[in-house]
Amino acid sequence: MTNARKFLEVKDLKTQFNTPEGTVYAVNGVSFDLKEGETLAVVGESGCGKSVTMMSIMRLIQIPPGKIVGGEVVFRDTDLLQLSEEAMEQIRGREIAMIFQDPMTSLNPVLTVGKQITETLRTHTPMTQEQCRARAGALLELVGIPDPIKRLDDYPHQFSGGMRQRVMIAMSLACTPSLLIADEPTTALDVTIQAQIIELVKELKKNVGMAMIWITHDLGIVAGLADRVIVMYAGYVVEEAIVDDLYENTLHPYTLALLQALPRADRRRDQSLKSIKGSPPNLLVEPRGCPFAPRCEFVREKCIAENPALVNVETNHKVACWVDVKTGALR
Amino acid sequence: MTEPLVRVENLTKHFPIRKGMLIERVVGAVQAVDSISFTIERGETLGMVGESGCGKTTAGRTLLGLYPATSGRTIIDGHSVHEARGSELMQVRRKAQMIFQDPYASLNPRWTVNSIVSEPLRVHKLLPNQKARNERVKELLELVGLNARHINRFPHEFSGGQRQRIGIARALASEPLFIVCDEPISALDVSIQAQVVNLLEKLQDQLGLTYLFVAHDLSMVRHICDRVAVMYLGIMVELAERDELYENPLHPYTKALLSAVPVPDPRKERERKRVILTGDVPSPINPPSGCRFHPRCPIAVERCKVDVPEWRELKPGHHVACHLAEN
Repeated sequence: MTNARKFLEVKDLKTQFNTPEGTVYAVNGVSFDLKEGETLAVVGESGCGKSVTMMSIMRLIQIPPGKIVGGEVVFRDTDLLQLSEEAMEQIRGREIAMIFQDPMTSLNPVLTVGKQITETLRTHTPMTQEQCRARAGALLELVGIPDPIKRLDDYPHQFSGGMRQRVMIAMSLACTPSLLIADEPTTALDVTIQAQIIELVKELKKNVGMAMIWITHDLGIVAGLADRVIVMYAGYVVEEAIVDDLYENTLHPYTLALLQALPRADRRRDQSLKSIKGSPPNLLVEPRGCPFAPRCEFVREKCIAENPALVNVETNHKVACWVDVKTGALR
Repeated sequence: MTEPLVRVENLTKHFPIRKGMLIERVVGAVQAVDSISFTIERGETLGMVGESGCGKTTAGRTLLGLYPATSGRTIIDGHSVHEARGSELMQVRRKAQMIFQDPYASLNPRWTVNSIVSEPLRVHKLLPNQKARNERVKELLELVGLNARHINRFPHEFSGGQRQRIGIARALASEPLFIVCDEPISALDVSIQAQVVNLLEKLQDQLGLTYLFVAHDLSMVRHICDRVAVMYLGIMVELAERDELYENPLHPYTKALLSAVPVPDPRKERERKRVILTGDVPSPINPPSGCRFHPRCPIAVERCKVDVPEWRELKPGHHVACHLAEN
């Protein structure tokens, strides 16, 4: 896996939205890459730009009000941002598939589940109707839905939340994509159902061998799932590391604060939670200085004046911060 | 030993299902909460956990009297909630308050913070005039960490975390003894959750409050609660002191629930053995016979399909409803 070639490379991606209140600076120069078969977790709180980044990669941003202002998304040597809409349609669903947070609103309530799964197949493959149906049944079986052929004729409301998310996963896998982007797919689910879905995705990933980007705000899920993690804040990547390094050798004050703000189910309580002061940033203001500076406990004058770039400070460990959190000294 | 502040006895809430247009008849019932009993000591925080549809929110609302109970009762500070009428009912309402899950839906968008927070003061006629009420509202806002100058603002001018603080200030206005916190932090971001939880703990210390903390976040419940009750499909399956429950769970459902909680530690996550439950929570309209958990239980035996397990105290303070809890 470590020697696998990069097949997705996002360079300096910038996305903004024009609203009556002004320009929303949602994504402000995000860069990362992904190797074949790798699982990358994107972590951050609401409004940090994690979903907008993925929607930009998929070219699903509504234009206007949104606009991809700059950057490149190189997928297998092609810049997706330069493709025509027709060419992009060949990539979506076939090469890169996406699953969303709320399985009820992402399924069409008036079409049967079978119809919705076969839609991808009919668009992207020359299969006949019977073949499509057989494949859809096989997909439902693959994601662990009992009685799959019979259930093809059911509507989304006849499935529970966890089962609907399984249907979504079956749909996304229809054309065996090489990259699956999952946008908080378990946030709306209960913990035991979440555990079922995560187990299923891990199993499928092992068998199908696809790469995955998993967006979440839950640092617990990341620990058990990801190979590598990027942490986002206010539209910037602030830290990028191999999963073990992120937890054991945290370099960014924001990541550190997030980890310290988390209670643990596996440990006895020793003290009060450390809270992060202030509130999430206002994205209507053009960024100047480090976006986390107003909430940061390590803040220096330099942080307010100048935004630090994301740089490699240790092997495979990048951080965007002027301060070394271990010594408290400036880098 | 002093009398516990809250005593819940065989509390049951069924919602009838009606059918028919002209002649309505009851064709069944959603058995949301079925005969739960527990006590909460003064100054204690009791956690109530379970998945969606397990009846934890209904239990919280019914025990406060926001829903009439189908049977059973709640005694809060010596008053029977569902039997109280008139001035006694007002007393109960003043002493027992609630904080809601959704800080967007639980505040009237057309009211100023002042009107929202002073409503309990007006309803209970706690202060003689507007001026005194304004002063009290400002005091309450400062207490929950909001700027007293924002008293005339509207809810939409605040962030989610700040709105939850307004909800807390409203709950505190009538100087309650007991507050039901119904998922007070689940709509908030991680960095804001810790702020609100620390505030709730500070207020408990300062004012000697007693909490029922209803939540699905098991990590937060371990952090904030003294004892924890686990609900499944309308019944209570286990109740124990916090560390005892998390370290020695006895009910197979509790075990599965705890093993499903992700832990922010990659090494631990890789080594963990998970109990993955199959299937979904069954419908509370026709709950399974015997033990309600038996269709999903990894260790169920024949007996579990027939006999309803008894609520037993297996160790001092550790209650469980399972035939097989000993092994």
